[in-house]
Amino acid sequence: MEEGNLALQYLLSGVTKGSIYAIVAIGFNLIYSATGVLNFAQGEFVMLGGMIAYTLWQFLPLPVAVAASVVLVALIGCALEILFFRKLRRHSILHMIIITMGLSIVIQEAALHVWDEKVRSLPYFTGNEISSVHLFGAAISPQVIWVLGTAVVSVVFLHGFLRYTLQGRAMRACSSNPEAAALAGINISNMRTLSFGLSAALGGLAGCVISPITMTHYEMGAPLAIKGFAAAILGGFGNPMAAVVGGLFVGIVEAFSVSKMPAAYSDVVAFAILLLVLFVRPHGLFGEPTAESLREF
Amino acid sequence: MAKMRQVIFLTAVIASLVAVHLFLRAIGKEYCLTQLTMSVYYAIVVVGLCLVMGYAGQVSLGHGAFFALGGYTTAILTTHDFSRFQHAPWARALRQAHVFVVKQDLFSGQVMNVTPTIAFFAAMSVTFLVACLIGYPALRLKGHYLAMATLGFGLIVNKMLVGSALAGGADGITNVPEWRIAGLLTISGKTALRVQNYYVACGVALVLLLLLRNLVKSRVGRALLAIHDGETAAGAMGINTAGYKLKTFVLSALLAALAGVLFTHYTGGIAPSEAGALKSVRYVTLAAAGGMANLWGGAIVSTIINFFSLRGWFGTYDNAVFGAILIIIISLTPEGPLKPLGIWLRRAWDRCAGTLGNEHGAA
Amino acid sequence: MKRLIVVAVLGLCLASGPLFAQGKASEPIKIGAIFAVTGPASFLGAPEQKTVEMFVDKVNKEGGVLGRKLEIVLKDSAADPAKAGSFAKQLIEEDKVLAIIGPSTSGETMQIKALCEENKVPLISCAAAEVIVNPVAKYVFKTPQKDSQAVTWIFNTMKDKGISKIAVVSSNDGFGKAGTEQLVNLAKDSGIEILANEVYDKQATDLTDVLTKVKGTAGVQAVVNWSIVPAQSIVAKNMKQIGLNVPLFQSHGFGNVKYAQQAGAAAEGTLFPAGRLLVVGELPDNHPQKALLASYKKDYESRFKEDVSTFGGHAYDALLVVVEGLKKAGSPDRDKVRDAIENIKGLVGTAGIFNFSPEDHTGLALDAFEMLTVKNGKFVIYKK
Repeated sequence: MEEGNLALQYLLSGVTKGSIYAIVAIGFNLIYSATGVLNFAQGEFVMLGGMIAYTLWQFLPLPVAVAASVVLVALIGCALEILFFRKLRRHSILHMIIITMGLSIVIQEAALHVWDEKVRSLPYFTGNEISSVHLFGAAISPQVIWVLGTAVVSVVFLHGFLRYTLQGRAMRACSSNPEAAALAGINISNMRTLSFGLSAALGGLAGCVISPITMTHYEMGAPLAIKGFAAAILGGFGNPMAAVVGGLFVGIVEAFSVSKMPAAYSDVVAFAILLLVLFVRPHGLFGEPTAESLREF
Repeated sequence: MAKMRQVIFLTAVIASLVAVHLFLRAIGKEYCLTQLTMSVYYAIVVVGLCLVMGYAGQVSLGHGAFFALGGYTTAILTTHDFSRFQHAPWARALRQAHVFVVKQDLFSGQVMNVTPTIAFFAAMSVTFLVACLIGYPALRLKGHYLAMATLGFGLIVNKMLVGSALAGGADGITNVPEWRIAGLLTISGKTALRVQNYYVACGVALVLLLLLRNLVKSRVGRALLAIHDGETAAGAMGINTAGYKLKTFVLSALLAALAGVLFTHYTGGIAPSEAGALKSVRYVTLAAAGGMANLWGGAIVSTIINFFSLRGWFGTYDNAVFGAILIIIISLTPEGPLKPLGIWLRRAWDRCAGTLGNEHGAA
Repeated sequence: MKRLIVVAVLGLCLASGPLFAQGKASEPIKIGAIFAVTGPASFLGAPEQKTVEMFVDKVNKEGGVLGRKLEIVLKDSAADPAKAGSFAKQLIEEDKVLAIIGPSTSGETMQIKALCEENKVPLISCAAAEVIVNPVAKYVFKTPQKDSQAVTWIFNTMKDKGISKIAVVSSNDGFGKAGTEQLVNLAKDSGIEILANEVYDKQATDLTDVLTKVKGTAGVQAVVNWSIVPAQSIVAKNMKQIGLNVPLFQSHGFGNVKYAQQAGAAAEGTLFPAGRLLVVGELPDNHPQKALLASYKKDYESRFKEDVSTFGGHAYDALLVVVEGLKKAGSPDRDKVRDAIENIKGLVGTAGIFNFSPEDHTGLALDAFEMLTVKNGKFVIYKK
């Protein structure tokens, strides 16, 4: 294989992984921007999306199963917010983060006992396990295009939602100044529930669309959450598109590091770069420095 | 008066530790001391984390990495065979200085390893360096950025250990020898030394707790609390916030490494999972459950829960229990359960004992 | 004062915990089992635990062994060697088990190997690494086939197909590490050259980058993947997706037909060594293993509603070995049972026919394996 083709193949490989991280990062970004909470359970929403869709697919057509799964995961997200966060607004952000860590563990264990430890996957949306799309001598699975497409559609949807709808603008108001928003008559706790639900829905959708590529199993949430978190931080909070860019960046860095050194260290490279970015420019590539320094922990 | 209370408290703690041992011996379950010893070592990590989280207000999701750094350094040095240098003059000099020791290995003849005492110092030094290197830039970050940085650091250490043949890769290192510190003081997993090791572990933990308690009650502790409550204000008052945060972080890292060294010699091995995200999250769970600023709370809660986990009490729900603890305790008692428990117990005591309660009202 | 009460109460709680710990000294013969039922090796531990449960029920229904029932004391180690060590100590001293079966992974087994040897407790491991039985410890045995035997089969098949230059990709867990070690050790003498050797993270979501590196290495005639799910399926799919169209050899970790189904069309033609459990339907009726394998498969699949795997089979064999040793020894004495086990010959198990000896604590020969391939989503025996 010629050099150019090889480089392109690495790039496409990076895009494959990056799109997965990106789609997880969007959910992180949304909850953080709307509520200031770092939701470590975001990875579990992704896992639940895939698992529930798989179970439903056993007796429903695939598109219906996916849609139903997204709705169910969204409801779970709302339920979690109501149960654990509504009553506890007086706690510090540190406490809320710890609660999401606890939720992540509990959801994972619950999934193990509900579904067992086996690996499952949804069928490819188009094509099958060996089909590939050829681009200038390199190849990529058609499912990756679905993942990218879903990420882009999510970003566009969020953009439109946050900017042009009443609920969306209310959410933005809550995130930038909760007291003023409350004074303006916005129901803050409902907004919070809405953002959790929306984020969970996005996570669930992500879980369905990446399932053919990554396979779905009860333990997949935590590593995805970590990478998604890294991608969101790299991109910078506040802008869903930044999450996508962050995700793609991490994926591509990983892929090219494989080309240069033993694959065993590609994760180390990704995290090392993340640390560097954090030390030098903590607000990420596109985030706003002032907003973050004001957020007391 | 306060000194008197301190002495009584200390005596009570020592008495309970001895009572536990004697009780176990009486019911014929002395082997539980093994799991207790392991739990005490884990508790040391949690106490250090309490210092960082509760007092300096910094979250660290990578403390397992320091435990692993300490444990692995000593494991590698005390099991790696240096005999190919055996005849070099510098090696011979080091043997004279008791840095190296030649032993008979079970299967492969003569090997030359580093003595555990020297390995211990090496482990502490390595951890100190790494903690400074990572702490200096990381602690300038706030809140969730610091969380991510420490998480990333922990994962880097984990992946490097897994990827390294020297560290035994995914299987870790086994057959780590015991550590004869001085005279009768030996850190070993041998059944005959079980009781002794229990008291050694408790002793180390007690001494550390006392030292930390003194630290916390001193100017340093107050400075840390000031930083926790409001960093900008503390800085404005002339407190070197960056310096204090770094020192606290490094101290807690050294504590974790010490626990790692002792643990590794006690169990005779270490695995890369000790540096993983799961273990680090468990440490945070236990620190939070004990009440983040409550050193004794952290130590006790951590010992109890880890003890049950190591005895297999939670069966296949082990992870779920930790998750549930996190959620329940943080939701209901964000300052930790010991205070409300203590208050509840006092009320119960007051009710039962009537006038007695009034005498001790000032406690 | 408050603190005093708190400490005293907690101290009592601490101390009273063990009161509720298990440990009955009564009729049944106790055998300890340490499996990774949850956690990163649950695909091993869960079928192992189910198999043992099924086996013990069957034995007890038929009257037990030596007139006494069997009782399994199960501990879930979640693949954590520190826990495995703690549980081993518990099982040996408190539950006073006759023998321990498991653990599921090599890292855990190595952690408790010396402990069991010192305490003279028979340990029948369900993990595959060579180091478990090499150097041989008197009380330590294992039931899975040796990694080196799996590798030998792979290399022999390659030689038949005229393949001499390969790439190896493996996961970063104990299983991948052990397999890669054997591949590297045996390559030269088998005339195989390893052109590329990459280790990937076992939780990787996509492996096209690693396989691109392989594709970019000139002259690779086949790829060997040494890992477990989900990476096994991901590697198979990715290879086809990026157009790396060379034969794929998998390890004996491919031991569940579900893995082939998950990789779908990408799994067709995969070659791997495995125990005959997976192709019991193809065995001739007079094959010594056929009856046992057929009944294990039937019982397991009807009781647990899931496909059998070779991993569960290793636990079956471990318990079988202990029971057989117990029968031959005539009494639940640790040393007698150990001696009996070491002299077992011709015992038919799921992985093969066991012949132990003082030098060989694995008991399985090269013919315990069969080379299998995937055809139309099913496992069939590979015919040259």
